[in-house]
Amino acid sequence: MLSLPSSFLGSKPSHTYPVDMKILSCLSAILLFLFFSASFAEQNVRTERISGSAGDVLEDNPVGKLKVYVYELPSKYNKKLLQKDPRCLTHMFAAEIFMHRFLLSSPVRTRNPDEADWFYTPIYPTCDLTPTGLPLPFKSPRMMRSAIQLISSNWPYWNRTEGADHFFVVPHDFGACFHYQEEKAIERGILPLLQRATLVQTFGQRNHVCLDEGSITIPPFAPPQKMQAHFIPPDIPRSIFVYFRGLFYDVNNDPEGGYYARGARAAVWENFKNNPLFDISTDHPTTYYEDMQRAIFCLCPLGWAPWSPRLVEAVVFGCIPVIIADDIVLPFADAIPWEEIGVFVAEKDVPELDTILTSIPTEVILRKQRLLANPSMKRAMLFPQPAQPGDAFHQILNGLARKLPHDKSIYLKAGEKELNWTAGPVGDLKPW
Amino acid sequence: MKLSMFRLSYWNRRGSSFRSSPSLDPTFDGKSPSSVFWFVIHGLCCLISLILGFRFSHLVLFFLFSTSVTNLYTTPFLSAGNSGVSQLLRLKPLETVTNSSAKKNSRVVVGRHGIRIRPWPHPNPIEVLRAHQLLVRVQKEQKSMYGVRSPKTVIVVTPTYVRTFQALHLTGVMHSLMLVPYDLVWIVVEAGGITNETASFIAKSGLKTIHLGFDQKMPNTWEDRHKLETKMRLHALRIVRERKLDGIVMFADDSNMHSMEVFDEIQTVKWFGALSIGILAHSGNADELSSVLKNEQGKHKEKPSMPIQGPSCNSSEKLVGWHIFNTQPYAKKSAVYIDEKAAVMPSKMEWSGFVLNSRLLWKESVDDKPAWVKDLNLLDDNEEIDSPLSLVKDPSMVEPLGSCGRRVLLWWLRVEARADSKFPPGWIIKSPLKITVPSKRTLWPDSSSELPAAIKEAKSDTKPRGSNSKSSKGKQEPKAFNGVKVSTTS
Repeated sequence: MLSLPSSFLGSKPSHTYPVDMKILSCLSAILLFLFFSASFAEQNVRTERISGSAGDVLEDNPVGKLKVYVYELPSKYNKKLLQKDPRCLTHMFAAEIFMHRFLLSSPVRTRNPDEADWFYTPIYPTCDLTPTGLPLPFKSPRMMRSAIQLISSNWPYWNRTEGADHFFVVPHDFGACFHYQEEKAIERGILPLLQRATLVQTFGQRNHVCLDEGSITIPPFAPPQKMQAHFIPPDIPRSIFVYFRGLFYDVNNDPEGGYYARGARAAVWENFKNNPLFDISTDHPTTYYEDMQRAIFCLCPLGWAPWSPRLVEAVVFGCIPVIIADDIVLPFADAIPWEEIGVFVAEKDVPELDTILTSIPTEVILRKQRLLANPSMKRAMLFPQPAQPGDAFHQILNGLARKLPHDKSIYLKAGEKELNWTAGPVGDLKPW
Repeated sequence: MKLSMFRLSYWNRRGSSFRSSPSLDPTFDGKSPSSVFWFVIHGLCCLISLILGFRFSHLVLFFLFSTSVTNLYTTPFLSAGNSGVSQLLRLKPLETVTNSSAKKNSRVVVGRHGIRIRPWPHPNPIEVLRAHQLLVRVQKEQKSMYGVRSPKTVIVVTPTYVRTFQALHLTGVMHSLMLVPYDLVWIVVEAGGITNETASFIAKSGLKTIHLGFDQKMPNTWEDRHKLETKMRLHALRIVRERKLDGIVMFADDSNMHSMEVFDEIQTVKWFGALSIGILAHSGNADELSSVLKNEQGKHKEKPSMPIQGPSCNSSEKLVGWHIFNTQPYAKKSAVYIDEKAAVMPSKMEWSGFVLNSRLLWKESVDDKPAWVKDLNLLDDNEEIDSPLSLVKDPSMVEPLGSCGRRVLLWWLRVEARADSKFPPGWIIKSPLKITVPSKRTLWPDSSSELPAAIKEAKSDTKPRGSNSKSSKGKQEPKAFNGVKVSTTS
């Protein structure tokens, strides 16, 4: 800009004016553009946009991309179970129930099964609770089998693909392996009838029997209203370095330790119980949610299964999750860049956890906090009632939409059978 | 996942019933010879452990399979049941037991793992320091993201003069100002001219101070004192105008009490704001005060009015009026002289409840200086100025702060000592203190007889008497006390 006046002065005004005016207008346009982009950038520096591996998929709208048909099952598979025990609505496996309710009133639902891309079976396999509120998975395989027998005999859509365009929500500990003990779950493997279907489950571990390749991992259910009731103002300074509340030793089932959490939680306790930077204990404080909002790092170690609602709570409260679970597959891993948001620590590195956490550069930590502050991140982890755009229900639908269009090979020719209806333990074959 | 453990325990407790119904527990059908063999070994090991009393089997297998378990440092061996043996047998990856042979081998093994403990599980001080630096940085970032965006300098105006309680009051204000996280300029206006005492006192704060002297001495009555303080404040405002200080002007009287949130709240003011002050009209005489309040309640039979002075708003949060401290009940009994032992009344609108943007005072017309403000120079002595509202032509433009006056962030209090009270200059005593109570073998059981002697000594000490009162130890009969009255003499 400084050179222009001299050119103005030194040049003849008549024919050089238009050229100089063009340069002037171009430069001013560029400057204006830079100014506006700078101001936008300043707004965005507060919270960063999450870009997943497939672009900004967190904000995709699934409506119009897929159609889901909801089977009409007798209420003994869903409503009666809920009536028997309404605690199913509040425990961490409640996603199956809320997914059903969401689909019933969602715009992706279609009443015409011939135009549906995906078929949903409203069955609540995790709603058989003990008096203390824990689900027993022993009847679930039989229930699932009986439901599939029903849909395969009443509708032709199961048999035409043997379930390859059907999806099921199985939020139990080890998904469709239907057992809470890992060895037994591995022994059973995924229910044979569900081998071609898409499973929407909370369990995710690489190279594990109970995680099928095409499964969609979802976060466990955490009650959104309860969490939102405990928000504290964001300007309260974060003064806890590392925070964790939970068991380190499971004295009832694993008294010597080493079995529960593969020894990782016990290692955290033994190494850091005297470290003032680590606020870890087995207490049940009433200020649990508020404390998480005052911590920088929240530990999310594995327990009997690698997943836990702690991840959801950490993300909602803006605390950087420190994930200690080898080979875990985190929810919506294809839409959320977990490496940029959380810290992954191998189980063998737990004794050096303090070194690892303090050696993270400051800029990286601030960036992770900015990413976590993005509201779309928090929304994607929750199952709010009623459903909101960008929440976990929509992320599940987005995941299903990304698997479309179905490959032509899933449609079986007449008479072709892939599934073995008699496979599995004998006990599973009994009617439910 | 901690809930599974409850389930497992439930399963363990109900294990016998489950085993009796083989239809429910699918893992027990198809007994092969190998499983029988393992069962026999299991039983044998159980028997041996029962006899030997510790987990012999665990040790044997641990040493046998120690290559696959990461065997580091220590593994706590607690004596417990021997249900863990079967799990130990599965330390090797479960290739033989997995259903589908096509699955790749996972790195992660199910089963018992050692608990890794490093040899010196205590914090490294360098790491602790780094963690604290991280905390500071994160908090700074939080403040910049959620706190005030572009904080303005706070210009604090405090009128003061040298007297007994000056140190008491100024310490309070000074410490509050030292904690303010924003840039600060403290204008201290001293009645009676600049003194070394005040100067050295405020120099201890480390803040940026402007110490002004005002040539009149502080008078002895509250009313005159209010008027002089007003003049001193206006003098300070003129200095702000001359030096073109930029920021937010607030009036911190030296005996007021401020909460730290008031400094955050005043950052939101655009031009002229009003805060709620809590009025503590306290006298030394508690009985008198309670009688005053009882009378008021008896006469009017209504709720006592709140001791607050500040803006009041309607339901749409717009300023509609002012709430003023009701001085009626104290009408006859309020203090006139500074050292009187009666309640001190505030003026109608105290200066400390107002904050203004310093640009309102500047000479030149700043671009967006509002038209509803009078120029400072034109006010001089022509009118009676009792509150900053006189500076404002249109009182409805005043911004109410602190969620429209509902949050009380500062308190007004006036406590002064007797006018003739003596105190050492700078509160530094040159010669050692005179003994009034000689120390005995300490402890308190006998001291009830000592106390009246001590008080008597203290009282007698101030009166110029020649005789030493030290002889009266322990010989006094204990007087009946209703409580020790603290006099305001020093």
